[in-house]
Amino acid sequence: MWKNHAKLERHSLLLVLGILLVVSVGGLVEIAPLFFLESTIEKVKGVRPYTPLEQAGRDIYVREGCYVCHSQMIRPLRDEVERYGHYSLAAESMYDHPFQWGSKRTGPDLARVGGKYSDAWHVQHLVDPRSVVPESIMPPYAFLAQKDLKVDDIEARLRTLTRVGVPYTETALKNARADLEAQVDPTASGASLARYYGEKVNRRDFDGDPERLTEMDALVAYLQMLGTLVDFRTYKADAAENLR
Amino acid sequence: MTDTTAQQDSPPGAVALLILSAVGAFLALIATGLSPDPLFRLEGWVFTFAALASAAALTVGVANGRYQADPGRYEDGVIRAGAIATIFWAIVGMLVGVVIALQLAWPRIFYFPDAGWLNFGRLRPLHTSGVIFAFGGNALIATSFYVVQRTCRARLAGGMAGWFVFWGYQLFIVMAAVGYLAGITEGREYAEPEWFVDLWLTLVWVVYLLVFLGTLWKRKEPHIYVANWFYLAFIVTVALLHIVNNLSLPVSLLGTKSYSLFAGVQDALTQWWYGHNAVGFFLTAGFLAIMYYFVPKRAEKPVYSYRLSIVHFWSLIFIYIWAGPHHLHYTALPQWAQTLGMTFSIMLWMPSWGGMINGLMTLSGAWDKLRTDPVLRMMAVAVGFYGMSTFEGPLMSIRAVNALSHYTDWTIGHVHSGALGWVGFISFGAIYCLVPWLWKKDGLYSNALVEWHFWIATLGLLFYIAAMWVSGIGEGLMWREYTPQGFLANSFVESVSAKQVANIVRALGGVMYLSGAVIMAYNIYRTIRQPAPAVLPEASGPIVAAAA
Repeated sequence: MWKNHAKLERHSLLLVLGILLVVSVGGLVEIAPLFFLESTIEKVKGVRPYTPLEQAGRDIYVREGCYVCHSQMIRPLRDEVERYGHYSLAAESMYDHPFQWGSKRTGPDLARVGGKYSDAWHVQHLVDPRSVVPESIMPPYAFLAQKDLKVDDIEARLRTLTRVGVPYTETALKNARADLEAQVDPTASGASLARYYGEKVNRRDFDGDPERLTEMDALVAYLQMLGTLVDFRTYKADAAENLR
Repeated sequence: MTDTTAQQDSPPGAVALLILSAVGAFLALIATGLSPDPLFRLEGWVFTFAALASAAALTVGVANGRYQADPGRYEDGVIRAGAIATIFWAIVGMLVGVVIALQLAWPRIFYFPDAGWLNFGRLRPLHTSGVIFAFGGNALIATSFYVVQRTCRARLAGGMAGWFVFWGYQLFIVMAAVGYLAGITEGREYAEPEWFVDLWLTLVWVVYLLVFLGTLWKRKEPHIYVANWFYLAFIVTVALLHIVNNLSLPVSLLGTKSYSLFAGVQDALTQWWYGHNAVGFFLTAGFLAIMYYFVPKRAEKPVYSYRLSIVHFWSLIFIYIWAGPHHLHYTALPQWAQTLGMTFSIMLWMPSWGGMINGLMTLSGAWDKLRTDPVLRMMAVAVGFYGMSTFEGPLMSIRAVNALSHYTDWTIGHVHSGALGWVGFISFGAIYCLVPWLWKKDGLYSNALVEWHFWIATLGLLFYIAAMWVSGIGEGLMWREYTPQGFLANSFVESVSAKQVANIVRALGGVMYLSGAVIMAYNIYRTIRQPAPAVLPEASGPIVAAAA
């Protein structure tokens, strides 16, 4: 055996080939099945693609690196379920490009933060975290309320997302910008938003400044829908289709 | 284009690189001009400026007939540059680490509401990438170029290609860093750079692989020395990980934003397959290669066991790749995958300790040198920390332990015992060895300063790890604590304020570790500035590889 190893030590390409073979096995066995298994590709009632405004907010969440301190993955442990809500389902992040489960809770989990606080609380907290939570060590994000949301490329963004698997329809894409603006304008007709994204979509001015469409609007809209899509009063974890 | 006399005098590689730089600058300028995205324009200017600087430097060099390659000598210039870059990025990366540690300890002082780009969320990737890829990466590239030439008794292949790898890699670092501060990110840990930076790195990395392989092909030794196996596994596997994990679709070819090809569970496992093997192949295999060359060389002893090298090499790279799912315990990832990840993580303990034993036992018969040679001691302690981290890691990968440790500072402490203790110390040791060799000096300017570096850094490191154990396990217990009535005992923010002292101690530990690196920089500077010794040490002699 030791003598045979000399062959690898004398032929660099054999060595490279050996390395490639050896390091491929684990990844193939573990990752490849995830694209086919029921439990990881199954849809759950209520899960839908993000509205244009929510997706814009999500892009800001990614841009600011919120994931380095906040997880979005509630584990099925007693204390976590009591603190944060129902454990996270695979389907709830099926349209997340990229996933934002996180790996560290310097701040609390945000998987189900939607609806737990008022918009005004979120805005105040983002502008000056320590004004509402004195012990907080979160950075301030006051600049989000001053920055106009970039909306001209929202259709292109959603179109890219459809190419990687998010099922926006062609008409939803065409309407993306109008839908985005309609979501922060309570006086606009919400019919189009409701048609593509359901009746439950939050429609209001999120940042407390109806005159402007800011990045704060988008981020708060995203935070306020997190974890609210699946109705856990009717979701039966023990039902046959959910037992895996 | 270039005048013929220069072409005769200069290696064709330099001229080709000059032309490529000019073309690159031109294309980057066009892309910058056409792009509607201000962030893309920012990166475009960085690239254009770098390409122009490269073209200008090459023009001067070619015109003056520089870049004469002497095939009878080793290519050491690029390694000298790499050693300096390693020290520079070590200080930058650690300084950013200290800043974000201070932000967590005193948020009222170290956050600036008017400067969102200095917020924790943007600086943290700068710190992690700065330390892992800029400091660690430069240490790996520089040492690999040194080791592969000496153990193959051949000059670095590819002429100017080695320099392209060096400067191309620095450009990757700068573009990634500028991007982080500007908010250009793919949002996946340790893989934050956006698609165009990823493509650039891919190009640089392929050239790196070819330079390394090309040097192996030129070797005059029949066998490939064990350190080169590890370098090769590091280069090849990092290429594979980088490409697969960064598959993403840009919104526009003239814009920064892209969306990952995978979503949710699939994206999560791909990311942690990448993330854990960035540890396994970047921070472990690569630095084991450093160990396998520099420890025997410094101790003047052969590697302890040839067979152990073989067994632990193949088992390490086979098992490491499976371990990723232990980052996703109790998540929506199917449990069989979690269990596989945990099982292989525990198995990983053995090959890891195989490496530690092989490194430490190489010192047998030379243990007394630990008293007199602080550089060797630094490397021995590094191997010790490698052993400790690779014991702690499997422990934390057990689901029940992970239920407590995951999401807490314990993970941060674990990472730093590996990064500061293992990666940092073995790299410092290698730099301390390399600089007198490369600049042809009798020795370092001051061994006493190395002692200071060693002790300050070791103490700082212990402060850091101990603080993170306390705060990590503490917060984990607070989160799951119940009152006798069956209610959660603590709100989340109570666990935040409970960590303040630990956060301060951690920042102090970081400052101490950084001070050690600054001392090293001074020592190295004085070493390089020393007058040349009266009798030049034998230049660039071939080294008979001890174990091969």
